[in-house]
Amino acid sequence: MPRRMTRRARPRATAEAPQETVPVRVKINGVEYSHNVEPRLLLVNYIRDVVGLTGTHVGCDTTHCGACTVLVKGLRGDSWVAVKSCTLLTTQVDGKEVLTIEGLAKNGELHPLQKAFWENHGLQCGFCTPGMIMSALGLLLRNPNPSREEIKWGITGNLCRCTGYINIVKSIEAAAKEMREKGITI
Amino acid sequence: MAVTRLFGAKIRRKEDLRLLTGRGKYTADIYLPGTVHAFFVRSTYAHARIRSVDVSDALGVEGVIAAFTGQDIKDALGAVPTAWQIPGAELKVPKYMPLAVDRVRYVGDPYAVVVASSPYVAADAAERIKAEFEPLPSVTNPEKAVQPEAPQLYEDAPNNTAFVWRASGGDVDGVFSRADVVVEQRMVNSRLQPTAIETRGVLAVYDRYAEKATVYMTSQNPHVHRLLLSLITGIPEHRLRVVSYDVGGGFGSKIHCYGPEAVVLYLAMKLGVPVKWIETREENFKSTIHGRDHVQYVEAAATRDGKVLGLRVKSYANMGAYLSTAAPGIPTILFGPMLSGPYTIQAISVEVVGALTNTAPVDAYRGAGRPEATYILERVMDLVARELGMDPAEARARNFIPKDMFPYRTPIVLTYDSGDYERAFRRALELAEYWRWREEQKRAREAGRLIGIGLSSYIEICGLGPSAVARATGFGLGLWESTIVRVHPTGKVTVFTGGHPHGQGEETTFAQIVADKLGIPIEDVDVVHGDTDLVPFGLGTYGSRTTPVAGGAIAIACDRIIEKGRRIAAHLLEVREEDVVFEAGRYYVKELPERQKRIQEIALAAYAAGASELPPGTEPGLEATAFYDPSNFTFPFGTHVCIVEVDAETGQVNILKYVAVDDCGNQINPMIVEGQIHGGVVQGLAQALHEEAVYDERGNLLTATLTDYLVPSAVEAPDIVTDSTVTPSPHNPLGVKGIGEAGTIASTPAVANAVLDALAHLRVRHIDIPLRPEKILRALRKV
Ligand code: FES
Ligand code: FES
Repeated sequence: MPRRMTRRARPRATAEAPQETVPVRVKINGVEYSHNVEPRLLLVNYIRDVVGLTGTHVGCDTTHCGACTVLVKGLRGDSWVAVKSCTLLTTQVDGKEVLTIEGLAKNGELHPLQKAFWENHGLQCGFCTPGMIMSALGLLLRNPNPSREEIKWGITGNLCRCTGYINIVKSIEAAAKEMREKGITI
Repeated sequence: MAVTRLFGAKIRRKEDLRLLTGRGKYTADIYLPGTVHAFFVRSTYAHARIRSVDVSDALGVEGVIAAFTGQDIKDALGAVPTAWQIPGAELKVPKYMPLAVDRVRYVGDPYAVVVASSPYVAADAAERIKAEFEPLPSVTNPEKAVQPEAPQLYEDAPNNTAFVWRASGGDVDGVFSRADVVVEQRMVNSRLQPTAIETRGVLAVYDRYAEKATVYMTSQNPHVHRLLLSLITGIPEHRLRVVSYDVGGGFGSKIHCYGPEAVVLYLAMKLGVPVKWIETREENFKSTIHGRDHVQYVEAAATRDGKVLGLRVKSYANMGAYLSTAAPGIPTILFGPMLSGPYTIQAISVEVVGALTNTAPVDAYRGAGRPEATYILERVMDLVARELGMDPAEARARNFIPKDMFPYRTPIVLTYDSGDYERAFRRALELAEYWRWREEQKRAREAGRLIGIGLSSYIEICGLGPSAVARATGFGLGLWESTIVRVHPTGKVTVFTGGHPHGQGEETTFAQIVADKLGIPIEDVDVVHGDTDLVPFGLGTYGSRTTPVAGGAIAIACDRIIEKGRRIAAHLLEVREEDVVFEAGRYYVKELPERQKRIQEIALAAYAAGASELPPGTEPGLEATAFYDPSNFTFPFGTHVCIVEVDAETGQVNILKYVAVDDCGNQINPMIVEGQIHGGVVQGLAQALHEEAVYDERGNLLTATLTDYLVPSAVEAPDIVTDSTVTPSPHNPLGVKGIGEAGTIASTPAVANAVLDALAHLRVRHIDIPLRPEKILRALRKV
């Protein structure tokens, strides 16, 4: 089994009084948001509870399931990277750009990953799917032509209890092909 | 894709578009203005008397709205009911209060709740609750729990024994005395945590003026939840609406009614604002039901030529600290009758002792009782073969029920509907290249490599089930299913089903059934489920029942619509009803096929309802309600083959090949069937190799995070070769049998047998699952 790390998920308030809020500005799916948030607010809670985009899910409290995966630009240089939004504080994306599952389809047209998951039955209950797709996208941006093994290792941080992964891997292979052929990235 | 017939077509799923674009509506995704958040305070002791719980400090935290203890609400809420009260087993049902009142009985047992403006504040405030406990000795192992010296959980369940259930059929003593060989084995069927990726949750809102509550929740059976919540809270059923839109996997864990669900509803009523609670993963692992957990003693009697004649099984089934909703029926009714599997075993006796222990409640988890039985039987087949120096494939071939013996009556009460076990078995051997691998194994052994081949032939009880049987075995309700199929004036159709798919894809397969039956485009059919105010009372989705039972109801409703349409068509075409033929969406006159009416025209006429449109005495409208109560269970079957290599240095198991040949009768959407097999196989092999819920001797759950509870990732999932045979169920309206649990049932023994086969020549006879590297190494060191 791959090594898994544990961390404590919900940062606890230490002060007696409720925490001060701090301003954040973040662009999500191309829309600029600014809010005052508690410094301990996790990015996933910001996306879901404050901004109201509920496609990004929460499946654990220890950074294992990957249901909360989104892309962030500006964390590491200027490229988009897949991150588990339950492991970041909202303040860490201040001034940066975030892409969630809701921002993936363009003008009503599904992204090749979404299409491929649909065609290849890459989802059942669908709960892991947004995180899985964002994680796969992060992988394909890094490595547009991954081997089957590389795909499997690329999504080890995303758990799916329904599909047995076979059709997920197939979906990612199919999407990778279409993205290469058509020169599509995000 | 050129689809000739929608029934049987691999078409992509209707539900996917919303799920793929982040527009699914899971319970946590529902936000209502003014919502406050509950946080449950749970026991860190496995067993303790509650001396006092003081919530006053928590109430002082800014943002906290209320806090209650079990003591505070004990008169306001009833006990959580146990809905499967098996007869003839001296069942003791201990009182299962929504919040523990004077004693906590497992780590994770909730005893207080805090409500605050945000989940963060509620969690913070919960840390301020001061509780004093008097720790009591505890017991977690089911076999130890029923010994007289064990710590006692309840006064009214002596020796922690919830029940002793017995069943037998055939001349058991006779076959054992005649047997050439008897093999014996103690086996532990490990404890599992279901681990749906979506945890459980509830959002309840109460309208004080209408006196009506709405509960959004993660449920596999909204009507059953409505009934149980109504019993616990006293809110009348017609004033209670349970809504469960999308559900992120259940695997059984969202069938049951849990105390906190009723508490959240109570809080919404009491406080007059919406109250939300979303379980954390840690809570999920500690207090959502676990599965399996049997200690089994098995004896098998066989002849010299490999015929298995009889079985004696004694099992200690861990029930956990309380008897959850369906719990007593799982290790008994769904276990004992399954013990003869696909074989002509003539005599079986089984005794199951249900043990109350200081662990989370145990209830139905994917397969529920059937994997526990299949595991025994498939290990027994290998042990018998080994005892006789026979190939395990040969041993199975000598025991299959021949295909001309159906309907087949088993020693313990079941009547199998149809089957051709040998055909699926032969196909699996062929696809796996079984005999070539046996050769390969010989060569590998000579070279010091450990290759193993495992088989598992199974049957499954699906399509639960005839209501008469459900009731006779003590289930609280019948197990029929309901539907309304509504044809709108334009000929578009909405199907309301009492089933509640949550990943199984019935929004698509049901649309396929209706489109196929009525001869309309699949785009013209939508399926609605999961809202008790919209759909008729239904029993929900579990036990691989939704396609056979809810699908059966839909087929019957469609037939009723077609018949009513025929009356209207005859009227419009001015011929006699018996002269009207319905085919592919149109009614035509038998001898004059060009005189026809499309079903859409009939629908319009049915609603227009003028004298020229409706025959006299015909009710307007075009819809049908059906309640389908199956006459028997369905019995899918198949054979799985697994080939592994065990690394003698590290004990690591590598799956080289996995073949699954399953027969679930007619397939409505083979793509979905295959997906169910994939997921089931990986879930079952996880039990064989990775997953196990572990309590330490003080009752702490050591596997309370995903670091410790090893759910397979993509890297652990093997490729799976699938194929199927088709033996339709003769009694189901669609000839379907169900496929939701087959993979899980078959794969655990297939993988375990493969690993143990790899070690067989080293005189390793049996190791209990999960076959983790350390256990394998330990066994190898011993030899
Ligand atoms: S919620 Fe599980 S990894 Fe973020
Ligand atoms: S589709 Fe259900 S968890 Fe992946």
